[in-house]
Amino acid sequence: MTALILFYAAGFVVLASAVLAITRTNASHALIYMVVALLAIAVIFFLLGSPFAAALQIVVYAGAIVVLFLFVVMMLNLGKSSVSRERALLTRGIWTVPSLLALVLFAVVLFALLSGDHEAGTQGRMIAPKEVGIALYTKYVLAVELAGVLLLAALVGAYHLGRRYLSDRREEEESS
Amino acid sequence: MMPPIEHVLVLALMLFCIGAVGVLVRRNIIFILLSLEFMMNACAMVFIAAGAKWGQPDGQIMFMLILAIAASEVAVALGIVIQMARRFRTLDVDAVSELRE
Repeated sequence: MTALILFYAAGFVVLASAVLAITRTNASHALIYMVVALLAIAVIFFLLGSPFAAALQIVVYAGAIVVLFLFVVMMLNLGKSSVSRERALLTRGIWTVPSLLALVLFAVVLFALLSGDHEAGTQGRMIAPKEVGIALYTKYVLAVELAGVLLLAALVGAYHLGRRYLSDRREEEESS
Repeated sequence: MMPPIEHVLVLALMLFCIGAVGVLVRRNIIFILLSLEFMMNACAMVFIAAGAKWGQPDGQIMFMLILAIAASEVAVALGIVIQMARRFRTLDVDAVSELRE
């Protein structure tokens, strides 16, 4: 029963913050809502008995990918009256709703910890990281290699696209 | 008891639809990428739910592959965003429809 309550609370947070994220006008506010949604999805993964996937969701999605987005958003906004923008970021109306949504998630975690049940609300069979690791490096070892090649291609592609002189050359062509 | 798999699937479907609406409605490329992330997360949730339903680790492995794909997609897409901002001075995708003719 507790797992069901936690699941519906986390599901509500996911949907609410996803809707809020795609309707914002300011990209950095949308990213804050996106972090909350991703953390709530991690809670759902825990409840489904996949603690390793939940940890990866927090580390890679809420950590790395959103930070990448934030870097780009901040890079593109540079120079546009950044002081007044900073001041506008600190008004109360902007941070209350994400804080409330994050508070629901905090209550979920607190409830799971205080209920004394150290399976933390997961019922059914928990799939341990050990099992995942063994399957990953025996049955799916080719998929791991392919993912490595994909990441290398993305690294080269992102480096190439991010270079400055691609745009400089075009501007020279336009001016000449 | 575990949350019933139908409810997890409905939640994933709703999240996917929110992402799809975001892709269709928004014209800012940052928001389109953000909505794509939501759609990928919905797919990942379905994989995890299926893995939990049958007690197999395969669902989590698929989730990890989705994670790798999402990371590489974001890296390349944000490189394109930076180039777009440099060349067109805008993030509006409708402003970049030069290939149309």
